[in-house]
Amino acid sequence: MLKIKDLNVSYGQHQVLEKIGLSAVKGEFIGIIGPNGSGKTTLLKTITNVLKPTSGTIMIDGTNIEKMKSNEIAKNVAVVSQVVSINFEFTVKDIVLMGRNPYIKSSESVEDINIANDMMKKTNIHFLKKRLITRLSGGELQRVIIARALTQTPKILLLDEPTSHLDITNQIEILNLVKKASTKGMVVIAVMHDLNLAAYYCNKICLLRDGCLISTGTPRQVLTPSNIEVAFNLPIEVMHNNRTNSLYVMPILEPLNEI
Amino acid sequence: MAKFGKSIIFVLGLLLIIAIITNTAIGSTNISPLITAKILLARYFFIEPTWTSSQEVIITNIRLPRVLLGGFVGAALSTAGCAMQGLLKNPMADPYIIGMSSGAALGASIAFMLLLPVQVTSFVMAVITIFIVYNISIIGGKVPIDTLLLAGIAVGSFLASITSLIIFLAQSPHQIIFWLMGGLWTANWDKVKITAILVTIGIVMLYRYSWKLNVMLLGEEEAQYLGVNVEHVKQYVLVFSALITAAAVSVSGIIGFVGLIIPHIMRILVGPDHRILFPASTLAGAIFLILTDTFARTIMDSVELPVGVVTAMFGAPFFIYLLRKRRDNLYA
Ligand SMILES: Nc1ncnc2c1ncn2[C@@H]1O[C@H](COP(=O)(O)OP(=O)(O)OP(=O)(O)O)[C@@H](O)[C@H]1O
Ligand SMILES: [Mg+2]
Repeated sequence: MLKIKDLNVSYGQHQVLEKIGLSAVKGEFIGIIGPNGSGKTTLLKTITNVLKPTSGTIMIDGTNIEKMKSNEIAKNVAVVSQVVSINFEFTVKDIVLMGRNPYIKSSESVEDINIANDMMKKTNIHFLKKRLITRLSGGELQRVIIARALTQTPKILLLDEPTSHLDITNQIEILNLVKKASTKGMVVIAVMHDLNLAAYYCNKICLLRDGCLISTGTPRQVLTPSNIEVAFNLPIEVMHNNRTNSLYVMPILEPLNEI
Repeated sequence: MAKFGKSIIFVLGLLLIIAIITNTAIGSTNISPLITAKILLARYFFIEPTWTSSQEVIITNIRLPRVLLGGFVGAALSTAGCAMQGLLKNPMADPYIIGMSSGAALGASIAFMLLLPVQVTSFVMAVITIFIVYNISIIGGKVPIDTLLLAGIAVGSFLASITSLIIFLAQSPHQIIFWLMGGLWTANWDKVKITAILVTIGIVMLYRYSWKLNVMLLGEEEAQYLGVNVEHVKQYVLVFSALITAAAVSVSGIIGFVGLIIPHIMRILVGPDHRILFPASTLAGAIFLILTDTFARTIMDSVELPVGVVTAMFGAPFFIYLLRKRRDNLYA
């Protein structure tokens, strides 16, 4: 469904992504991990054609995205950005409905409204429907943006640290929701900083460092002490969680009095 | 919100009709609003005349075109201002912000000097100015908003300096100076017709992009994620804002403030949704300019004030009052 080949991206002279290759099939939940500034956000922006690569191709269902119109891309790919701020007093419902933008010619249909309502319910924000977007908490806003992205009914959902503002319950709920969407066939690509959540939810993990993919594979293949040491410069211990049957990682910390 | 919005539009529509009738009635020759309404209706229906023919001439040939021209000019400036504020996401934006008024002013000055038709020349110069500013601002196929604003200011100042030079060298500069102050005293049916056509086309075209402008308010990148062709929207909105502004300015000179404050006030009243904000601004702009123009032409017995002077004289203090009353997030 999604095929990325030999992608190079730079901001002016400064090359940020180098020779990235990645493919995703229906139903995959892909985690992108890597230290700050390693190029994760840049990769997501390139997949939506907001940033043009210096070379390489991105194909969605066999079509090069450079040849697609912006509303065609938006029907296929939705994005939940890392930082969102909206200063205009739209209601939550208005903002979620904007997810239907690629489908709407002049004004929204009953179907558009139904989809938006459905997604608001699924993301637990239906009760906020009439509130002004400028008056939400960070976590509420993040769920609105996720609802908006789901309202686009995309084939590919890109999430840039989707749970950074969410409390522990909402983190799990949102990720469960997204996971469910992916088992129904949506491709999910999520930038995640929580390695344990990544290990639990992802079928595949990509580890970025300085714009290069240094490891791709199952959580077990990627989240090894040596890989993490190389990427994050941090010693970790990898353990197995019998209950979830996934692995979890712990940084090896020094006792506090030795810092 | 939507319901509330619709009733506001309805009320504004009603107020506009009342404003047209009452303001046509007001003037140095006293004609009652009732007679005025009858004279106006008699153009379309048969009504037994209870008025003199001179009253009819004053109403239909002098006052009505003036009121209507004021309405169209106010509607155009306010709608264009609303579009520019939304597009640039800048509270300072008005229809003139990217140099159009300077272009139109230079066009008018040249026309007065060389005895060319003022309306056509200023219209053409305004359009050329926008074209130049837009093309200067293109960087790698995109038009960054900051560049557009700065290019507009630079080109505008350059053109303004040429206008000043012309005024300085002109034999009788007061014609140009009066024009720059903005007034509707040259109103006639021909002007009303041309302005009505251009302004109506432009406004309808802008309304079609209400939804896209809403999405653009989320920021260019977010709008792109949502499938908006951002550069196309910019171009489209600029073209039609420029069209209606040029149409307005070429018949009225530089009337300030309408395009700045009316959209602001409406945004406070109805919120940022352009599907309601646009029609509200259009109607309120028309009402505001009709009222201020009546004030300008009747306040002094012997002379008419330029309406551009009046709009700012009343608009600015009112606007300051609003700003003080509501200091939190007009924009950010
Ligand atoms: N608009 C820009 N212009 C120039 N350089 C940029 C721009 N945006 C990002 N960069 C640089 O590109 C590199 C990758 O940035 P990117 O935002 O992709 O990192 P990231 O992996 O998402 O980091 P984080 O975890 O902090 O979100 C960084 O070195 C950053 O400084
Ligand atoms: Mg990032």
